[in-house]
Amino acid sequence: MTIEMISIIGAALAVSFGSLAPAFAEGRAIAAAMEAIARQPEAAGTVSRTLFVGLAMIETMAIYCLVIALLLLYANPFIN
Amino acid sequence: METSPLAPEILFFIGPVGIDRAVVTTWVIMLLLLALSAVAMRHGRARAGALQSAFEILVDSISKQIEEVMRRDPWPFMPLLGTLFIFLAVANMAAIIPGGKPPTSHLETPAALAVIVFFSVHYYGIKTKGLRRYLRHYLEPNPFMLPLTVLSELTRIFSLMVRLFGNMMSHEFIIAIILFLAGLFLPIPFLLLGILVGLIQAYIFTILAAVYIGAAVGSIEA
Repeated sequence: MTIEMISIIGAALAVSFGSLAPAFAEGRAIAAAMEAIARQPEAAGTVSRTLFVGLAMIETMAIYCLVIALLLLYANPFIN
Repeated sequence: METSPLAPEILFFIGPVGIDRAVVTTWVIMLLLLALSAVAMRHGRARAGALQSAFEILVDSISKQIEEVMRRDPWPFMPLLGTLFIFLAVANMAAIIPGGKPPTSHLETPAALAVIVFFSVHYYGIKTKGLRRYLRHYLEPNPFMLPLTVLSELTRIFSLMVRLFGNMMSHEFIIAIILFLAGLFLPIPFLLLGILVGLIQAYIFTILAAVYIGAAVGSIEA
């Protein structure tokens, strides 16, 4: 196995596992927000604003993994 | 797909400085926004015309959102945050125009915006609380937390940058891959999704900047 092959496998693993947990987390967050809005429709504005900011925070984890994958593919420090 | 998303796409040189495609797009957007606001607000009147009304609605709704987040008068921060939102919304949607490419999908523009947010957080904090009181809030629960506070100060700015860059860049990538796999018309719904993603990212960037500034001036906890 050359370093290139290992990097490609590493990038695929990083993206796939790195998006798994944030997907679950975002699902739980959205479900909780939906429940909150269903119980208290008048708080929908506040809930959805907080939801957006929270989703952005969760999503950052997945995007970190994406950046790692891109670094492995395009700016790999171990190839030259 | 042909080039790395991390490499700049140099269009021409001014002296030794290479001018990137993202920079040119940013200049075009700046000129466009400046011209539009000059046309709309040069003769600001109480009985506003269509364009002036549209601008007033835009600025008013941005300031309302920021007021709800910061729980204080938003106007000291509106020149920064409002401009940030309008610029980001236009920049993220540059891909709608054929040949346009969002400058935010290269690392440099989000990095520059994040640095602006980083410095303005401290600037507004020191301006409203005074230097000593502002610095004391780093030692607040107890001084042992100081390294963690400083670290979180840096990582949240880093994540602000990477979030915007990652979302805009990955979206372009997905469209390229789908075009590659499925042909001409299938990417269209994803292009529509791109408008939504661009607007949401502009909103999130602005709201997070507002939250950080609000925490620094002491109106909210974050």
